Amino acid sequence: MSLLHIKNLTHYFGGLCAVNDFNLELESGELLGIIGPNGSGKTTVFNLITGVYRPTGGSIRFRDREISGTRPANITMLGIARTFQNIRLFNNLSVLDNVRIAHFGRTHYSPLEAIFHIGRYQAEEERITDHSLDLLDRFGLADHAETEAKNLPYGMQRRLEIVRALATNPSLLCLDEPAAGMNPSEIQKLMDFIQRIRKEFSLTILLIEHQMRLVMGICERLKVLDFGATIAEGAPEEIRANHKVLEAYLGEEAAE
Amino acid sequence: MRIPCSRNIKFLVLIPGGWLLCFLIPRLGILNPYVQLVFIYVGINIILATSLNLINGYMGEFSVGHAGFMAVGAYISSLLTVRVIPASWNPYLFPFALVAGGMGAGLVGLIVAVPSFKTRGDYLAIVTLAFNMIVKSVIENIEAIGGPRGLLGMQKMTTLPWVFFWTVVSIWIIRNFVYSNFGRGVLSIREDEIAGELMGVNTRRVKLLGFVISSFFAGIAGGLFAHNLQFINPRVFDILKSTDILIMVYLGGVGSIAGSIIGAGIYTLLLEYLRFLKEWRMVLMPLLLVFLMLFRPRGIMGLREFKGFVPQYYLSAVELWLARRKKEDVAPSH
Amino acid sequence: MSYFFQQSLNALQLGSIYALIALGYTMVYGILRMINFAHGDLFMVGAFFCFLAATVLHFPFLPTLLVSMAGVAFLGVIIERLAYKPLRQAPRVSAVITALGVGIFLENLILAIDPYPKHVPLLIGNTTWDLLGVSVSSLQVLIIALSLGLMLMLDFIVRRTMVGIAMRAISWDKTIVPLMGVPVNLVISITFALGAGLGAAAGTMYGLAYPVIDPYMGIMVGWKAFISAVVGGIGNIRGAMIGGFILGTVEILVVAYFPSTYKDFVSFALLLVLLIYRPYGILGKPQTQKI
Repeated sequence: MSLLHIKNLTHYFGGLCAVNDFNLELESGELLGIIGPNGSGKTTVFNLITGVYRPTGGSIRFRDREISGTRPANITMLGIARTFQNIRLFNNLSVLDNVRIAHFGRTHYSPLEAIFHIGRYQAEEERITDHSLDLLDRFGLADHAETEAKNLPYGMQRRLEIVRALATNPSLLCLDEPAAGMNPSEIQKLMDFIQRIRKEFSLTILLIEHQMRLVMGICERLKVLDFGATIAEGAPEEIRANHKVLEAYLGEEAAE
Repeated sequence: MRIPCSRNIKFLVLIPGGWLLCFLIPRLGILNPYVQLVFIYVGINIILATSLNLINGYMGEFSVGHAGFMAVGAYISSLLTVRVIPASWNPYLFPFALVAGGMGAGLVGLIVAVPSFKTRGDYLAIVTLAFNMIVKSVIENIEAIGGPRGLLGMQKMTTLPWVFFWTVVSIWIIRNFVYSNFGRGVLSIREDEIAGELMGVNTRRVKLLGFVISSFFAGIAGGLFAHNLQFINPRVFDILKSTDILIMVYLGGVGSIAGSIIGAGIYTLLLEYLRFLKEWRMVLMPLLLVFLMLFRPRGIMGLREFKGFVPQYYLSAVELWLARRKKEDVAPSH
Repeated sequence: MSYFFQQSLNALQLGSIYALIALGYTMVYGILRMINFAHGDLFMVGAFFCFLAATVLHFPFLPTLLVSMAGVAFLGVIIERLAYKPLRQAPRVSAVITALGVGIFLENLILAIDPYPKHVPLLIGNTTWDLLGVSVSSLQVLIIALSLGLMLMLDFIVRRTMVGIAMRAISWDKTIVPLMGVPVNLVISITFALGAGLGAAAGTMYGLAYPVIDPYMGIMVGWKAFISAVVGGIGNIRGAMIGGFILGTVEILVVAYFPSTYKDFVSFALLLVLLIYRPYGILGKPQTQKI
């Protein structure tokens, strides 16, 4: 049984078809890349998987359980986490709070215990804080725990977003253009980072990316989208030479 | 692990001390009755501002009809003390009447929370304003509770000690809520609701909780208000009252309890001080609001909080963590 | 049956007034994505300008109308420049709160200057005709005709003139338009002026039809007009006109067949239901947000 099984996924925004018959069988532990020109529907696929939209048609099964139409928070609790194309941190909150919020679904005290600070409140708060700071420490962000997220340098913000997603204890991690705005050496660090978290957290990873260096470097399998439709899939070497893919990308491939 | 600290002791002394003071002031006639009345209003306004700040400041929503919740609390508690509870029992059952008013207001808050699931921004402002109007309209249409002419005959049970008590309780509870899991959920809604939802925050539950707590205390404030004025009518709880509360929140500082206290304090005192301007007072006040929005929309405190209100384990989160880690290194669990 | 026609006429009259005011809300929302909560109070100021022009300056009907429209149009532009323009990039909270503040400021200003309700003198001879059992007054006909005329004029401006095209362009995409050489600020000011002017016309006619005016009259009427705009689809000009007549009809129907104190409640309940199930109104389209 595959971890994620998507069949005939289709989504329309009014009359515009954003995703057209998308299919995917993702096994546990895989690292799959989704590439394609801007506007080809990649982020929409992520949004459909994570519950931001309810698909117009098709099915999404995670651990053999239908999740299309489920609320995003519930999907996250099932074990799917993501980052965003344009970083969406909680800007005015501290780095620590950004990570602590990700523990919301796994906090075990009631509102009553919260407003009187009784019962399990103290113990749970300690547990959450410890877990958050441990995670931050592992990725070199503990020193900035009290800094407001908006004041972090760009690279650290990207890292924080991933750490925050990891705090929800996912099995599937969806990364949306994590390398945006990075130079070659940063991209190399990111590649190592992704491999590291993949191993340490036993993750399955879906990756949307434009930077071919990253894509070719770590993805085991690729799917190529254009105008919502899947135009190619396979190993990176095959995709590299695929005529249809070159056509769709044309200018971008030449620039790499 | 609790840190023994001078902070806790400070509060343990200040609060009962303040309460005692509230008993002594009227008894010993330390301040003249007018000043005492002003303090009562300051207290009520602090409760109103803090409860609204939870929704507008911490949650970043657009609730502009807060007086509607106040009205519900005022009417329910007044009807109880005037028509249900025998007069001699009233002073002892007063807090229960207030809580009943608060719960009624909380229930209404639950209803108002539902549209907030789907709408934000301007639309939610309209919904909350419309709701304020509807509450007023409904009360005006129910002759049994006085209709447009209002309700009177409440005993003057709002004393300085009671106001102090409820002000402290509301600040404490709201502060506890904010510095908890749910409070962080509230903040995530303000910062980025969709990201919050995707990080596992059950935004619906958080909104419901936030609105209920906020409206509950608005109801309490309404009850205190009614039993001070001893007369209420629907017109008291209209958009003008809601705007007063908005001014206090945006003046003092959004997302800050200290801000609500400051805003309520300054606004109430300013209103009293400017009484000599008569009608022009209410011409100046909205102008003040516009100025605030133009030049300092986050208010005096901005998003900052008075350190005394932040729990110790929040302030020293990192040090405590390091200490716990060190303890574990010394005595490893395996 | 004639009762029905009589009420229909009343509904048309009330509806025209709501429609005129609703246009102001909808045009400003269309172009700035902001709800000018002070608009109802501009309507009220229009009524008061009409009163002043009639009693102090002793103008006959037409000059009174023009003075009122011009005066409030000017006031609208000033408010926009001073209070709304600086907040165009600010979070929406600020604009909403500011608009509320401006409205309350206007109410209390008029209240402070002279708190007593005013009686607007009749500037037009009012003859009543009996048409098949329905009593029709020339004032009613004037109000309905004038409103329709103004609405047609606005429709023409929006659809056929450069200003109108600019207005519609800005409501579609505010960033591109200035790059095409359109003086955005000027167009926005013109939009405000038009909306305010129409509101003032409504105020003048309201003052003539229901001759007692007071500083708080703008609140309820403003809300009804706002609801009209939402019903029709806020941002949509034809929608505002349709919404105005719908709301006028609803209100007159409620008053005709139920206790009149319910009319406000019904209008607000209608608003709430609409906002929950079809917030984009009759002629509006659902807005999708890119995530």
